Amino acid sequence: MPNKKTSVPFTGTAEQEAKLKAVIEAQKGQVGATMPVMQAAQEIYGYLPEEVQIMIAEGLDIPLTEVYGIASFYSQFTMNPKGKINIAVCMGTACYVRGAGDILDDISQKVCCKSGEITDDGKISVEATRCIGACGLAPVLTINDDVYGKLNRGEIEPVIDRYIEEEAKGKA
Amino acid sequence: MNTVKVKINGMEIECASNATVLEAAKIAGIEIPTLCYLKEINAIGACRICMVEVKGARTLVTACVYPVTDGMEVFTNTPKVREARRMTLELILSNHRKDCLTCVRNLNCELQKLAIDFGVDGLRFADDNLQAAVESSSVCLTRDNSKCVLCRRCTAVCKQNQDVAVIGPNNRGFATHIGSPFERDLGEMACVGCGQCIVSCPTGALTERDDTATVYEALADETKHVVAIVAPAVRIALGECFGMPIGTNVEGKMVAALRRLGFNEVFDVLVGADITVMEEGAELIGRLQSGENLPIITSCSPGWVSYCEQYYPEFLPNLSTCKSPQQMTGALLKVYYAKKIGVDPKNLVVVSVMPCTAKKEEIRRDHQQAVPGVNDVDVVITTRELGRMISNAGLLFQSLPDEDFDPAFGISTGAGYIFGTSGGVMEAALRTVVEKVTGKPLEKVEFHELRGTQGIKEAEYVLDGTTVKVAVVSGLKNTAALLERVKAGEQFHAIEVMGCPGGCVTGGGQPIQSGFTTNFNDLRAMRGSALHKGAVETRPVQKSHESPLVLEIYKDVIGEPGGENAHHWLHTEYKQRPKYPGFVSEK
Ligand code: SF4
Ligand code: SF4
Ligand code: SF4
Ligand code: FES
Repeated sequence: MPNKKTSVPFTGTAEQEAKLKAVIEAQKGQVGATMPVMQAAQEIYGYLPEEVQIMIAEGLDIPLTEVYGIASFYSQFTMNPKGKINIAVCMGTACYVRGAGDILDDISQKVCCKSGEITDDGKISVEATRCIGACGLAPVLTINDDVYGKLNRGEIEPVIDRYIEEEAKGKA
Repeated sequence: MNTVKVKINGMEIECASNATVLEAAKIAGIEIPTLCYLKEINAIGACRICMVEVKGARTLVTACVYPVTDGMEVFTNTPKVREARRMTLELILSNHRKDCLTCVRNLNCELQKLAIDFGVDGLRFADDNLQAAVESSSVCLTRDNSKCVLCRRCTAVCKQNQDVAVIGPNNRGFATHIGSPFERDLGEMACVGCGQCIVSCPTGALTERDDTATVYEALADETKHVVAIVAPAVRIALGECFGMPIGTNVEGKMVAALRRLGFNEVFDVLVGADITVMEEGAELIGRLQSGENLPIITSCSPGWVSYCEQYYPEFLPNLSTCKSPQQMTGALLKVYYAKKIGVDPKNLVVVSVMPCTAKKEEIRRDHQQAVPGVNDVDVVITTRELGRMISNAGLLFQSLPDEDFDPAFGISTGAGYIFGTSGGVMEAALRTVVEKVTGKPLEKVEFHELRGTQGIKEAEYVLDGTTVKVAVVSGLKNTAALLERVKAGEQFHAIEVMGCPGGCVTGGGQPIQSGFTTNFNDLRAMRGSALHKGAVETRPVQKSHESPLVLEIYKDVIGEPGGENAHHWLHTEYKQRPKYPGFVSEK
């Protein structure tokens, strides 16, 4: 399931909070306000951690249980931030029939983090995406802004290692 | 009332035009099986156990939500209906950990009853690999999702009756399960422990935390002097554990059973209730005179006290500082009775039998030690747990003789008796307060306008020239509605709050009646009237301040109501608690 709680600390800014509050103010009291507010919140923060879900619950005066229930029901919501290295495997039909599922499994195993989640150190996140329109390259995935296509099993691990090394260097 | 004519299995009946097929069938003498449906609380048509055929409809319909129309023809028992229901049930059972033999709900389980009624062949979808999924972080209750049928009765009750909503359906599809946000344990949530979810659950997925082992241990320990204290509402419900009709008063047999289980003495929480009347009465009179912290709000119900601390902390100054009758009884046993019989308070074990699961948390609260370092009450077991202990001991409950409470803490009034039903605490208090303020005896002791099963009851009384406005509320959702009115400026002088709808008689620790029963019977009224009847029929005195035992205890040990001793032993404190405990953004 894509919604294990993240252990990466929340780093929301006052600006983001003000934006969310404005959305809540505009929607409050309207029927069916919860979904649009949650969608806006995900756009503002990139994900829906408990801090944000509590703001929504308090702001709309609804139980947190309800917000979390919706967040965990719809796959469009994620409760995890993206890592410094975000690996997105395309699960469109073309990629899927060419073995994207296996590749995703391999990656999850390698970086110890399932689809939709982020590693405990906040470095790597993995996600399964809908078709990204590069079917000619199937199976295809992106790491941050770089696209990798026509992959065979076993080819992607060294690439990931390179990103990890670079990330470590960048820090040093 | 508009009515329509409907044919059920060829039999014509007349029913209200807004009735459901389920209700119409009941009039025809047919009980359509249900699982997720709970009247007025959960009508979501989710489980599809109640399917019936309606002439002209393309598919089977769910009787619990399907409205009748004039001339409708319904068939409840065709081969198609039977097959569809059985299929639905077998699917539920395929994902259910069927360990009926050791399940607390064995023989009182709605799922089990359906399986028996339908003649299900359990082997078709057997899954023996299901593991127990026990979550026992709360001191009040335990959940095992491997027995959950996802009917959502618990989540509906928690939200709609109790306004707490700390549980809900998480995730979706095959991964759907009942839980708290971010998969927190219930013990980490602002759950008030009321147990209303338990008594609404059709299966063994929700149960009280079982504390009987602690009781057995104390009973077997020669160095301990073990006494039982029993709440008012237990005596009119315990019989249901043994198949007796709802509302049967089994006070005498209950006392006999407790004695046979090995308790040294059996005492009555009614005595604590009578003393609560004295203390709270004095407090009310004091606040009326000073005009401070009005309205005074009762504090007998620990589910309500938790709710106030977590969700309405602005009303904490209004809460009566009185401990609950349970805690007052325990406190007096430890400070006074222990000395009287020459037992070290540490070796006096007070076991409280309650209609309530929140009481299990109450004994662990701060400021509940009249003797420093010694808890006022040691263990709480619910009516259901006592029922199990009695069965376990092989006592033939129905053939037990009727016995009396031990007199040292066993003589009580009809005022204390009615504490167990909504309106009872206020009525008992008024019987005393009115006489104290006016100095004249009441013409009649009944305050009918405070009785009955409505969620909110209001009344005005003129006391010595001043009008006193009181309200009685039960169920936390109703309570929230009333508190919002107070916040908006409405004036009350005194409010009685019971956390559970209907009061303790329908508390979260009471025997569980199935949805089949509660959908068509008013459990609150049946049990509540049994309490009122018991009060007048079994207690010669109807006012707490006229109880000979109360007068004696005040004269010998406490002194004045609200005095120094009372303050130390019988009153307590409250503090605001977080609404999202354990969540990082809690400020
Ligand atoms: S919940 Fe009911 S069906 Fe399930 S194990 Fe318990 S008694 Fe049996
Ligand atoms: S005990 Fe009461 S507050 Fe807690 S989950 Fe159950 S119904 Fe809700
Ligand atoms: S815990 Fe009980 S009441 Fe709640 S959904 Fe499961 S079976 Fe239904
Ligand atoms: S759908 Fe009618 S009882 Fe569940």
